[in-house]
Amino acid sequence: MPEILSLTINGARSQVARGTTVAAAMLLAEQPSRISVTGEPRTALCGMGICFECRAVVDGVPHRRTCQILCEQDMAVETNP
Amino acid sequence: MTRTQVLVVGAGPAGIVAATAAAENGRAVIVLDDNVTAGGQIWRSATVGESGPAQRGDTQKQRALQRLQRSGAQVLTGRCVFSADASGTLQTFEETASGSFAEEFRFEQLVIATGARERFLPFPGWTLPGVFGAGGLQALVKGGYPVAGKRVIVAGTGPLLLAVAAHLAEDGAVVSSVLEQAPLAQLAPFAASLWAHPAKLVQGARFRARLWKTAYRTGCWVVEAIAGTDGQKLAAVRMTDGTRTWTEPCDLLACGYHLVPNTELAALLGCKFRGSFVRVDDMQRTSLPNIFCAGEPTGIAGLDAALVQGEIAGLACAGRSNTSLQRRAATEHVFAGRMEKAFTLRPELHSLPLPDTIVCRCEDVPFDSLRGYTGWTDAKLQTRCGMGACQGRICGPAVEHLLGWKPVSVRQPLFPVPLEALCSPDETTKIDNQNELIEEKA
Repeated sequence: MPEILSLTINGARSQVARGTTVAAAMLLAEQPSRISVTGEPRTALCGMGICFECRAVVDGVPHRRTCQILCEQDMAVETNP
Repeated sequence: MTRTQVLVVGAGPAGIVAATAAAENGRAVIVLDDNVTAGGQIWRSATVGESGPAQRGDTQKQRALQRLQRSGAQVLTGRCVFSADASGTLQTFEETASGSFAEEFRFEQLVIATGARERFLPFPGWTLPGVFGAGGLQALVKGGYPVAGKRVIVAGTGPLLLAVAAHLAEDGAVVSSVLEQAPLAQLAPFAASLWAHPAKLVQGARFRARLWKTAYRTGCWVVEAIAGTDGQKLAAVRMTDGTRTWTEPCDLLACGYHLVPNTELAALLGCKFRGSFVRVDDMQRTSLPNIFCAGEPTGIAGLDAALVQGEIAGLACAGRSNTSLQRRAATEHVFAGRMEKAFTLRPELHSLPLPDTIVCRCEDVPFDSLRGYTGWTDAKLQTRCGMGACQGRICGPAVEHLLGWKPVSVRQPLFPVPLEALCSPDETTKIDNQNELIEEKA
């Protein structure tokens, strides 16, 4: 069994297997990665670091491409406003 | 600053093989990749668990990665290339838990193996959560997003669709339909030509066998992604065969219209192009001395072509050539031509977006606000289309399809770079050196 990590997504605890990308964790938690300039919720589109739709706030740093980041224990992820 | 003889950008099949060939022939090689692990897209590894279903049947990849490791080439992942010049320098940035860092590399020879991305065509509802690229959803599943039990529709065009659908079905998704926009008559000559490529034929048959419960509909395409009652999430897809239109409920839509090459780095360096692709000779040399290009940026031709071209480029970096490889590259080139014809976009796809359909997802620019402009420069200034974080990588190919506008220029930084990275030690050293030089001159 893979190791289970615990992180928070928009304040709620979330548990994922080690190796899960932050984008996948946000989809699993049904949270948008970012809110678009006209207020639409958005989630990852391309999955390979090109489209920037999966940008979120990771440990306080905004605009991180979550499809290119693996989850870590106690990471705090928030929807990019 | 790091010096190397050969610098390879992109650790997909072409880059891996190029690096291996160059290193095995005595060159010092560094491979850079933006992703978490080496492999690129077609050889993307599942990052979760050990040997899940996604890891099966990819011994070719494992062999290539092991050989790369033995070759002595150094692979640096998580490095995003944002600037380079043909005199032999290239800059990357890396984002880590402790901050963002820039690095500079100096090279004698550069191999551009930046691969391709999916082409996305805007249609009503394509920005809804639940709508993904076809390869996009596959990549996210490999990154740990579970699709077991989810109802998925795979749509768009290209040979990737069947591969994606088979992979999703293997992971437990209920793939109800695969919609291929190309009509059967257009696909038939391509399918028939696969007899000359037995490995590709076997692979296709294997994908099809896994999808015995799925309807494979040629000449069909998605016209709308429909949200559920909350308006925030995909609930159904409306599709058409050109005469009849119907709706199927689903949880996820994986939709991509084949591939477009990642040529921004080659364009920034000043490599000459042939149409949308980087021009290379039979040694994979670009128009610039000591800069090579292999794989999809030279023409969308798939895995086998990337492997052959990568090896030619890697050998060329070590001053060697191999005529049998060059013959194989020519065969793959013919295959690429047939593939391009088979998956040509049908004219009806020009009228997919409605006036209020968003074309530029970064800046939420609707289709009707682009009317009245004749090209990128004006449209960028007046509407901000293509001015967002993706720098037009997604809306660019869409607008080229819809309005015929060709990309105008590529400038550094190739990707948005955190300011912090530019102030990181490596950059500071460079700036200090420049200041010293300026002081010396003064």
